[in-house]
Amino acid sequence: MGYLQTLIDFYSNSTLLKTLRLLWESFGVTVEIFFLTVIFSLPLGMGICSLRMSKFKPIAWLMRIYISIMRGTPLMLQLFVIYYGPYYIFGIYVSDSYRFPAVIIAFSLNYAAYFAEIYRAGIQSIPVGQYEAADVLGYSRIQTFFKIILPQVIKRTLPPVTNEVITLTKDTSLAFALGCAEMFTIAKRQASGQTSMTPYIAAAVFYYIFNFVVAYSMGWLEKKLDYYR
Amino acid sequence: MAVFEVKHLGKSFGSLQVLKDISLTVEHGQVVSIIGPSGSGKSTFLRCATLLEQVNHGTMKYMDQVVCEERSGFDHAVYASNSALKKVRTLFGLVFQNFNLFPHYSVLKNIMDAPVCVQKRKSKEVREQAMALLERMGLASKAKSYPCELSGGQQQRVSIARALISKPQILFFDEPTSALDPELTGEILKVIRDLAAQKMTMVIVTHEIDFAEAVSDHVVFMADGYIVEQGTPAEVIGAPKNPRTQAFLRKLNH
Repeated sequence: MGYLQTLIDFYSNSTLLKTLRLLWESFGVTVEIFFLTVIFSLPLGMGICSLRMSKFKPIAWLMRIYISIMRGTPLMLQLFVIYYGPYYIFGIYVSDSYRFPAVIIAFSLNYAAYFAEIYRAGIQSIPVGQYEAADVLGYSRIQTFFKIILPQVIKRTLPPVTNEVITLTKDTSLAFALGCAEMFTIAKRQASGQTSMTPYIAAAVFYYIFNFVVAYSMGWLEKKLDYYR
Repeated sequence: MAVFEVKHLGKSFGSLQVLKDISLTVEHGQVVSIIGPSGSGKSTFLRCATLLEQVNHGTMKYMDQVVCEERSGFDHAVYASNSALKKVRTLFGLVFQNFNLFPHYSVLKNIMDAPVCVQKRKSKEVREQAMALLERMGLASKAKSYPCELSGGQQQRVSIARALISKPQILFFDEPTSALDPELTGEILKVIRDLAAQKMTMVIVTHEIDFAEAVSDHVVFMADGYIVEQGTPAEVIGAPKNPRTQAFLRKLNH
């Protein structure tokens, strides 16, 4: 009995285990930022892409400008604009609870711009003959897009989308700038508290494993779609 | 009643006039071949006939369905409503030079998808017909394959089956053998010959002059956007009257 108690005491007082527990808890926030951004930016990117490819020039130009700004300025800066903008520009006081939504909004707006360009490349790579065959067979424009074009675009854009998604995992650490309690924020706090590198290394392992799983899943999906060329 | 009839078709891309005053009537069961040099407007004509392009002038009719016509007060051809055109699309089929099968669909789904999802026909009935068509094309064993697993000739036969499944009144071919090795050309020409024997109405744009001569009832020679000469194969290919036709056929060592 005494032996077991010593073991429990050892573990509950272990700094490393405490660090891991804290990181694991904040890792939940990181994963949340990741998935919410993916869920919002993938379809939003499709919307931006379709407007960007619109025949109505002013809309297409507006989207070009939007994409240009989103890709041309730092994500960190965009985070600040989204978080502090309401107060500085409109004088609206925002509470602390706006931190997390601000992160999600900024990430989604930013990543949607990248996804829009990836989709556009994908859509433009589909041979015009696919549209013509669908047209002659009587498919409506909407049917043509969702049944014939989109599945092929998804297959073709999977590798560049995987790239973006892996970058996103690492970019979630930028939420640190707004004091959002995701894993990197906690790792930094622990590191300075303990004056030790260990929390950073532990966080690195978490990020790496997560991205390993992401890359593996996307690879699996790519393989699933490998039944045609 | 003519299956397909056009009068005085005109089509321009910007300032380039590609079709100039094209008139043609295709009767039921007739096989019409369109021959001519590149840039003569053959393919554009086929694209206008299959509604992939809109003409600027003239009238076009499938059976009693008007596709477009000249109307007083308009300086261009006026097209029928979208719903009327949707109906017209069920009257014809088009076989492309590059097959344009849907790569993510199996052979069977390529054939079945439009009848089931667009025309809302019963899946079971369509499947039976699709399998019968594949049988006829000698491809029954490939029903579950994907286009990338087939040879060019097999893909083209699938695309012919896809065009036939909706029982079109008329079938257009846009250089159906041009993307194929000479070895595979024969199998497609055989399919077309079989269809002709079954009195399928067809319009074939082709460079295979011998084939056109053998299979068609009517040959059209086009050059520079005009129909220069038309008539029976014996007339147009055997004994062309127009110097332009003569020059073209001579170049092909015919």
